[in-house]
Amino acid sequence: MKPGSTFGACAALVRRDLTLIWRRRGDALNPILFALIVVALFPFALGPEPDNLRRIAAGVVFVALLLSGLLALDTLFRGDYEDGSLEQLVLSPHPLALLLACKIAVHWLTTALPLLLVAPLLAEMLNLPHAVLPVLLAALALATPLLSLIGAVCVALTVGMRRSGMLLALLVLPLYVPVLIFGAGACNAAQAGLAFLAPLLWLGAGLVLAIVLAPLACAAALKISLS
Amino acid sequence: MPEIDVHDRPALLEARRLAYARNDEPIFGPLDFVLHAGEVVLIEGDNGAGKTTLLRVLSGLLEPTSGAVLLDGEPLTLTKLSHQVALLGHQPGLKGDLTALENLRFAAGLGGVRAGISPATALAGIGLEGFADVPTRQLSAGQKKRVALARVLLAPVGLWLLDEPYANLDLEGIKLVNRLLELHARRGGAALITSHGAYAFTSGTPRRIPLRPATAGAPA
Amino acid sequence: MNALTLWFHKIGSPPTFYRIAGAFAPWLFGVALVLGAIALYGGLVMAPRDYQQGDAYRIIFVHVPCAWMGLFAYAFMAVNAFIALVWRIKLSEILAMASAPVGAAFTFVTLVTGSIWGKPMWGTWWTWDARLTSELVLLFLYLGVIGLYHAIEDRRQAARAASFLALIGIVNVPIVHFSVNWWNTLHQGQTVRLMGESHITGAMVWPLLLMALATHIWFFASVFARSRVGLLELEGGKDWAREVALADAGDAMVTSHV
Repeated sequence: MKPGSTFGACAALVRRDLTLIWRRRGDALNPILFALIVVALFPFALGPEPDNLRRIAAGVVFVALLLSGLLALDTLFRGDYEDGSLEQLVLSPHPLALLLACKIAVHWLTTALPLLLVAPLLAEMLNLPHAVLPVLLAALALATPLLSLIGAVCVALTVGMRRSGMLLALLVLPLYVPVLIFGAGACNAAQAGLAFLAPLLWLGAGLVLAIVLAPLACAAALKISLS
Repeated sequence: MPEIDVHDRPALLEARRLAYARNDEPIFGPLDFVLHAGEVVLIEGDNGAGKTTLLRVLSGLLEPTSGAVLLDGEPLTLTKLSHQVALLGHQPGLKGDLTALENLRFAAGLGGVRAGISPATALAGIGLEGFADVPTRQLSAGQKKRVALARVLLAPVGLWLLDEPYANLDLEGIKLVNRLLELHARRGGAALITSHGAYAFTSGTPRRIPLRPATAGAPA
Repeated sequence: MNALTLWFHKIGSPPTFYRIAGAFAPWLFGVALVLGAIALYGGLVMAPRDYQQGDAYRIIFVHVPCAWMGLFAYAFMAVNAFIALVWRIKLSEILAMASAPVGAAFTFVTLVTGSIWGKPMWGTWWTWDARLTSELVLLFLYLGVIGLYHAIEDRRQAARAASFLALIGIVNVPIVHFSVNWWNTLHQGQTVRLMGESHITGAMVWPLLLMALATHIWFFASVFARSRVGLLELEGGKDWAREVALADAGDAMVTSHV
């Protein structure tokens, strides 16, 4: 009579979450649609001149992906909270932080990765210079997991609250600002011909730190929320 | 008033002056009881008496406001608990989009399995072997309860904490629960169940602990 | 237990703190008002005009102490938040939650005075100066803590969740400052600094420092007053709270009970 291995538990959790998302794969398109709408609104608001759009392209794509991710964050724990599975995760004999890290990873894979694939299209809609695209994708690849990890901690604090949307946005904003500054800043620097490696490295450092600390913070926050 | 226990096996779970208050409103307590291996204890009380809260305190999800819970004579920690306790909470803890079998397989992967049982046999044990491929959201409340029981059955733990295990079950279901409890007790496990009605047990009467709503006006 | 631990234990007990805070708060408010008035007189009337900014610079006598208080309040909140989370001491929970609105108010005043300062200087009500932007993010941090605290029913759980958020926030404060500074230098056109190049003469220093002292005292007076309310709210069922309520109601109770 012994509990299964921790690796087995994580594998089971990843398999379960992927299966659940696959069963509702239509919903996976929502973040993409939202990002497309946000980006499409800007030419209507600012006029179609390519030079205008080119200047704000990287920043707008970043903000659009950030907002899409924010909307998608709600699905991270809500389902599990409502049917009691979250409690079972907390009560399982395996480190909660590790299990949550797996959940966040699957969530990023299924919500942010599709957005990353759509990003070149979004950038093209705003006439981003092609030379900047690799920098944009690199910055997004570093920033979106960071946003997911930070967002997960804040979602854990508001889990189970009805209509927590506004409060969640308020909670994540101060934490998202530095990520946005460095991510979009790298792209803007590249576009202006300046050095852009430093902010990318800062993002990378932040990501590494978040991968280690955010699951632990998330577990602590969940235990507070469920008590 | 807890009865004097005749078992001389070591105490599995012990509550000492356990109390819980929320927003300064006392929910239950102070409560004292001892649970031994091989025992089934019924906590009974009306709605709002704090039965669910008590189970959540015993499972480690909540910290008691005062008093202590001891597992095998040592103070409780969530880590220790998770290896020894299975909780059937207010919700069944099942994913609606997964089939019953998939839910049980996940539970097995997460918590491990007791020797001699598998997700498929557990499903058969609760009488739902024909429903292996039905998404759980299409099951009735009683059937969901049974699948949740199967999850508890699979867990390689000695202590079961069951919140309202008889709720939503028909007579067959009630008999099933009693049978499972009996088997568990005979294997040396222990169970603490809550209920707000009186249900017959198949053999012997379990020890009953009444839980009255705590009175207001706790001392400073 | 040595005397210091014993003293802490005694201070931390809600009824004792309630009494002490109640005794101190009015005096602290009074002292803060007097010192603040003297400092304002010194700054608005007595201090000389700045050679660069004229009289408009005088707003620093409010702006800068409030900015300092905004950060001090956050530090105070974070320390209490840490104690509340680790040792679950009720008074720390209350103090942490009481300092959030006070800190937010100081930050708001910092922003408004900064904005007022910007108008005669650069003709705009708002500028994305590094410091103002950081202050804005700080205000959002405060609002988040306050919002989370009020969104949860169970007061103690709410205090724990908001305290956790406050601690995450304090890790974030230096990160925000650093990133906003970098962001400001990247976009060259906007390196206006509100503090400017003017040097501070002695006549300007003492009103500034006195105002800083006054705001500190005001902060503690405010936190004490708020904490008393928070303690009553948390401990409403306890005997000491009932005694306080009965003592206040006093004669009214006696006459209404036949």
